[in-house]
Amino acid sequence: MQFMLLFSRQGKLRLQKWYVPLSDKEKKKITRELVQTVLARKPKMCSFLEWRDLKIVYKRYASLYFCCAIEDQDNELITLEIIHRYVELLDKYFGSVCELDIIFNFEKAYFILDEFLLGGEAQETSKKNVLKAIEQADLLQEVRHMKQRLPAASSRRSDLHKPLRDDRPKHTHTQPDH
Amino acid sequence: MRGLAVFISDIRNCKSKEAEIKRINKELANIRSKFKGDKALDGYSKKKYVCKLLFIFLLGHDIDFGHMEAVNLLSSNKYTEKQIGYLFISVLVNSNSELIRLINNAIKNDLSSRNPTFMCLALHCIANVGSREMAEAFAGEIPRILVAGDTMDSVKQSAALCLLRLYKTSPDLVLMGEWTSRVVHLLNDQHMGVVTAAISLITCLSQKNPDEFKTCVSLAVSRLSRIVSSASTDLQDYTYYFVPAPWLSCKLLRLLQCYPPPEDGAVKGRLVECLETILNKAQEPPKSKKVQHSNAKNAILFEAISLIIHYDSEPNLLVRACNQLGQFLQHRETNLRYLALESMCTLASSEFSHEAVKTHIETVINALKTERDVSVRQRAADLLYAMCDRSNAKQIVAEMLSYLETADYSIREEMVLKVAILAEKYAVDYSWYVDTILNLIRIAGDYVSEEVWYRVIQIVINRDDVQGYAAKTVFEALQAPACHENMVKVGGYILGEFGNLIAGDPRSSPLVQFNLLHSKFHLCSVPTRALLLSAYIKFINLFPETKSTIQEVLRSDSQIRNSDVELQQRAVEYLKLSSIASTDVLATVLEEMPPFPERESSILAKLKKKKGPGAVSVNELEEGKREGGELNGGGERGGDSSAIASTPSPSADLLGLRAGPPVTAAAPSAGSLLVDVFSEAGVNDDGFLRFVCKNNGVLFENQLLQIGIKSEYRQNLGRMYLFYGNKTSVQFVTFTTTVTCPGDTLVLEPLIEGGAQVQQVINIECLTDFSDAPLLNIKFRYGGALQNLTLKLPVTINKFFQPTEMASHDFFQRWKQLSLPQQEAQKIFKANHAMDTEVLKAKLLGLGMALLENVDPNPENFVCAGVIQTKAQQVGSLLRLEPNAQAQMYRLTVRSSKDTVSKRLCELLAEQF
Repeated sequence: MQFMLLFSRQGKLRLQKWYVPLSDKEKKKITRELVQTVLARKPKMCSFLEWRDLKIVYKRYASLYFCCAIEDQDNELITLEIIHRYVELLDKYFGSVCELDIIFNFEKAYFILDEFLLGGEAQETSKKNVLKAIEQADLLQEVRHMKQRLPAASSRRSDLHKPLRDDRPKHTHTQPDH
Repeated sequence: MRGLAVFISDIRNCKSKEAEIKRINKELANIRSKFKGDKALDGYSKKKYVCKLLFIFLLGHDIDFGHMEAVNLLSSNKYTEKQIGYLFISVLVNSNSELIRLINNAIKNDLSSRNPTFMCLALHCIANVGSREMAEAFAGEIPRILVAGDTMDSVKQSAALCLLRLYKTSPDLVLMGEWTSRVVHLLNDQHMGVVTAAISLITCLSQKNPDEFKTCVSLAVSRLSRIVSSASTDLQDYTYYFVPAPWLSCKLLRLLQCYPPPEDGAVKGRLVECLETILNKAQEPPKSKKVQHSNAKNAILFEAISLIIHYDSEPNLLVRACNQLGQFLQHRETNLRYLALESMCTLASSEFSHEAVKTHIETVINALKTERDVSVRQRAADLLYAMCDRSNAKQIVAEMLSYLETADYSIREEMVLKVAILAEKYAVDYSWYVDTILNLIRIAGDYVSEEVWYRVIQIVINRDDVQGYAAKTVFEALQAPACHENMVKVGGYILGEFGNLIAGDPRSSPLVQFNLLHSKFHLCSVPTRALLLSAYIKFINLFPETKSTIQEVLRSDSQIRNSDVELQQRAVEYLKLSSIASTDVLATVLEEMPPFPERESSILAKLKKKKGPGAVSVNELEEGKREGGELNGGGERGGDSSAIASTPSPSADLLGLRAGPPVTAAAPSAGSLLVDVFSEAGVNDDGFLRFVCKNNGVLFENQLLQIGIKSEYRQNLGRMYLFYGNKTSVQFVTFTTTVTCPGDTLVLEPLIEGGAQVQQVINIECLTDFSDAPLLNIKFRYGGALQNLTLKLPVTINKFFQPTEMASHDFFQRWKQLSLPQQEAQKIFKANHAMDTEVLKAKLLGLGMALLENVDPNPENFVCAGVIQTKAQQVGSLLRLEPNAQAQMYRLTVRSSKDTVSKRLCELLAEQF
């Protein structure tokens, strides 16, 4: 994988991870171009497209687009599931994750991604093991990490609060840890 | 971090961009003063401010301070502070040398801390930054961590991928050497996560050094077999929506694609069983309705199909794969339809499955017409192109033409090229070809590049049976009130050459033709007008009765005083020519164009160029086959086989694409069409020389026969597989081949497999060094006529090279030792291709020597070392290639312990760059 971008329906970049060396200028250009391309696509369209000499794999979860660029010989479907597994990890960690969680805890989103993917390749695909690594790190903290949830300033309901996952089985209601 | 949350809320509440910038500047000032303040900040505050800076950076603003504070965090022993420090460095590192040293120091401390969480953080940071400095500092240490017995699993995982990243950025610094076999054995690790991480590293290393990592094949097969045959719950947390270890399975299948099918019968049997199981599972009812289940399952299926296509040797599996994809073509999931179309494209190029792919033509045409997503339609168009052959060409071309009318603008040019190529390649009667191209111009004139209309003219000129038809058709096409300028160009050229063929009909008498052309003149651009003026002077020659009318036009102020120099000059010169020259002279000057020499179709070159150098894929032979198929330009059909032996190399040319001057550059502007518009810069047409730096590809192709080559060499032994493809629908009778070798330098044992003529294996042993290549003679009867063909087999002395790695010091010492004048051969020659470093490197690696980095003081130069293995002796050779980009020249120096070797290597190589 060459890079992963998370952006909102309004085109705001929420997370960027680059696995190939590029200049800041080039990164900004790529981001602008891709966000535009992906946002212009209609809902039922296929999740893959050719872009420059890369393959783009993207999927929308509630208000957020997850978008990966992979190389020619890489597998599109498994990349789609990489995205899903990442969403599951975020969801499990934050408890019904929504876009706001990622905005306010961006550093956590990066840490979880690093445990899951490294150098653009899957490092650990077991959900349990990835979360174990993250939770262990949390335990190492002097004060138990406080996740910032829905600060008062933005209390209005919006897409940002919508859980990203809508495929979670109804009976396993995930408890937010706090 | 309360402060961070508040800050983020503030930013989010900003009503305008200006307010946001104001708030950020305020925060930056605050942080700056905190960092500069006298009071030492505690770790928590430092972490908070660094995190705020990171947030600001990620919003898209520039950050020019805080790096030092982030580096300080690295040495904190509080995990979260360290973590934030590393995150900042990973996102915002710049190659400030001062800082790099400090960062590397901190990383070094964490790596040796024996605290697995700290080690992982440090490894993540290296993997995220992946700079050369870090490779220099840590590439030696990480392999040790990776294979050490007491390393924690999670650290091993990070180490493997960290090493992969470093290998990608600085392959020369990552040397596996003694660790190789232990790294390969990570495939056997008990921990699935370790295997998942390590296999990515092994795959990448195998691509570059397949021989060293060869043992991974059997390990990968047994691992795969265990996963494939496991029940869906066996692998616990590595089961994903009832699919056992989908990521690992895909990576295993991907790794196997770096190698040919396993030679060991048992391993191969086991693998075939796995592939069959995967295909069988696709037919089973799904274990879950979730899309994740079917995606994971199908991800493995598609990867398995890629492997089957890569092997291209199991007809049964290929046909099953094709049927499976056929089912997906009509699946309700758009994603699956897309992938099935994509995957079938490669299946279409395999001789075993080409026919099976063709049976889906109606579905694919339907997809082209009805898919709502342009990227899916694009895939359908690609597949139609790939599955096209003589039997369905008319249907496919017609469908593509009608699609073109509504096609997305972004893909029209490529579609036009494809239609033009198919029409030319499969034209049985050339009136169909002419109709197709004129239709192309009518429908999508703007997207018809020069190459396309040059090509139609080239073909019409070379084939006298179509000239009259072309003249008639283009004349009719020009009747349309609004026709595309490209049509006027083709019309001007063709009527100028062949207007006489339709002049007998009063409806297209000379004057009518002229008036028709001239009615378009004023709407055209300068180059087209220039072309029309040339057509006019040809008219004067063809039809003396038009002379006065045309002279009048040329004499008019708008021509003879035209502000454009080219137009004015033509008007003046043509006017003079027509009034001074006698009819004989005029007839000589304006004689019919001679046939164009056949070269590679320039439109095909253009299509390949569009695809870019990326088209040079892993499997060169397959690439070669596919491209080779297209190369058979329609115009060649008249020639005898010996003339066609010079068909330029498909794959070599692919490599050269980036290199070669743009195809259009050599073609003069439309105005000067009186000269050969198709002259391209020198195409090296010696099939033999194309294989000096590579082992696989298409050696020869004409309209009857294609010969592909795959070869491998070890020490002084080699094995060459020749694949003979019959391109006709008729059987070849009495097909015999003989291999002869001048002198006693090579032992060649041709073994023809009983019954099948498709494949021939030649075992090669090199007895001593040699210069003359062995010859392959092929005889067969085709439709009663005896075909006789002799080719040089591309066995060259460099095939027996063993690469030798050495340090700068050793290199120069040996260089000095080989100082006898006859030991050195040198050549200075002009570059035939663009001087692209990566291409040069690839070629030198293909040569078989070790490419030595950091040896030559001048980084532009290349030096290589290797030993040629013959039965009689070993010949050490050193090579130095000095490009001079300014002069577009190379100086090549070869020194070997044997004079004939230096000389031969020099000769072989001088043609390669």
